[in-house]
Amino acid sequence: MSTVLAVCEQRDGALRKVSAEVVTGARRIADGLGAEVEAIVLGAGPASGAESLGGFGADRVVTLTADAFATYAPEGFAAAVAERARGGAVAVVCAASAQGKDLAPRVAAKLGTALAAEVTDVSVDGGALIAIRPVYAGKALLRVKLTGTPAVLSLRPNVFTPVQRPKAGAAQTVAVAASAGRVRVTATKAAEAGALDVAEAPIVISGGRGLKEPANFKILEELAHAFGGRAAVGASRAVVDAGWRPHADQVGQTGKTVSPTLYVAVGISGAIQHLAGMRTSKVIVAINKDKDAPIFKVADYGVVGDLFEIVPALTAAVKSHA
Amino acid sequence: MRIAVCIKRVADSETRVKVAGDGRSLDDAGVKFILNPYDEFAVEEALQRKEKAGAGEVAVLALGGPAAQETIRTALAMGADRGILLQTDAVPADGFVTAQAIAQELKAGGPWDLVLFGKLAIDDYNAQVGPMVAELLDLPCVTAVSHLTIEGSAVTAEREIEGAVEVVQCSLPAVLTTDKGVNEPRYPALKGIMAAKKKPLEVKPVTLGGGSIEVLEMAPPPARKDGKIVGEGAAAVPELVRLLREEAKVL
Repeated sequence: MSTVLAVCEQRDGALRKVSAEVVTGARRIADGLGAEVEAIVLGAGPASGAESLGGFGADRVVTLTADAFATYAPEGFAAAVAERARGGAVAVVCAASAQGKDLAPRVAAKLGTALAAEVTDVSVDGGALIAIRPVYAGKALLRVKLTGTPAVLSLRPNVFTPVQRPKAGAAQTVAVAASAGRVRVTATKAAEAGALDVAEAPIVISGGRGLKEPANFKILEELAHAFGGRAAVGASRAVVDAGWRPHADQVGQTGKTVSPTLYVAVGISGAIQHLAGMRTSKVIVAINKDKDAPIFKVADYGVVGDLFEIVPALTAAVKSHA
Repeated sequence: MRIAVCIKRVADSETRVKVAGDGRSLDDAGVKFILNPYDEFAVEEALQRKEKAGAGEVAVLALGGPAAQETIRTALAMGADRGILLQTDAVPADGFVTAQAIAQELKAGGPWDLVLFGKLAIDDYNAQVGPMVAELLDLPCVTAVSHLTIEGSAVTAEREIEGAVEVVQCSLPAVLTTDKGVNEPRYPALKGIMAAKKKPLEVKPVTLGGGSIEVLEMAPPPARKDGKIVGEGAAAVPELVRLLREEAKVL
């Protein structure tokens, strides 16, 4: 039986959430093609949480271990994934996460094929693998047929909702002979402990120029805090360029693309480049003093008025419902 | 220091997207085209590295239609020394096909100390040609570099990952793709624009293979359902919270 490889991710020995999304996407392809899903995790040793992948539709969970895989090793990982894919994979599914964006093109090139990047939907139609991917900053969607063997895809994070399956797959560990390669991750400088990344948080509260000065982002942090560790604070390009917030927090075309369950835009007018980064959010709330701001055109719910009154009131209301 | 910078002509991010008559591509009537913003960081980095080394060459390479000459001239106006256009009818949807053509040209014109790309093109979001070219040339590669130090041949780069920054090291020659933060691209000065007109720009027709991504359709995204203004000021907050809880079910 042919195989769909689901390339999962771990950091510091713990499986990352996006892995369940990758397995879910791979399962959908495998069901359409009559194939099996092999979830692969690369690391120095077993990753905690890997056993859960069977519950999302992996027929097998294979951990490829090598000492060189203690941190992300771009060349070592790419060689190991490509080698595994050469064993008869019809598709290789990665996440369009920071690591996946680096890894997937290398794997595709080793396999001599294209990468369908940032895919937001997949289906199998008459045996052909069809993917949807946004282009022109989300202003258009491309429907593409993937004819490569294997097809290589990366899935946009937070788009494929993990689906639980009754059948759990078998887990195995395979030690591979691997070197890290010529490109070495020598350090990881973590952000503030416990801080969620805007690209991964289920709730994102973003601020723009309407906040007036950097210190005022405190009211957004308080609102994020009221959601109890599920929210991250993002920023528009204008305030990042002004040095108020780090680039890592920027949402938009030259920042991050986010698809949280809830996106709250505070004091952001909604330039097309900002919308490009957040229009696929499930629910959008806009708070802005200008009732004609373009952000209200994409918002599901808008509140017009002074954000310095509205945001603290919202924080209090969220706290009282928590 | 011999540096190659691979650039792309893209539709400006303000463009209103209209699908062409073939139903599969952008209708480019009235569209403003620019040098891909992430490639500006790559050109700037190349110029700074050459200036620091005190000698060398910065060559810019683009793949695209005849109009991409204009984009190459922009990079030449910034200060690059010469341009090469791999001329095709259209940039393929398959990034590997593009990577093969670029790798072949780089191999013929090499060796290079440094090959730079933007981390992605803002039109197709493929984000793959740089690392694919690195594979094809068997060079080390760091993607999405937001901070860069090069001492001799030792490269130390930083790249943003979720909630952290990764410090990555490799040696030259290498392929790097640039992200925002790595530098502040210069604007071409009038003198540079005049000088660019006289700089060499070689046009090489290329024939590309079919590739393994076939575009079936390009369409506008589904419209978001019409939203509503819940109300004005803090008084609207209770109703907002109720809607988020009961209608949207996100709280």
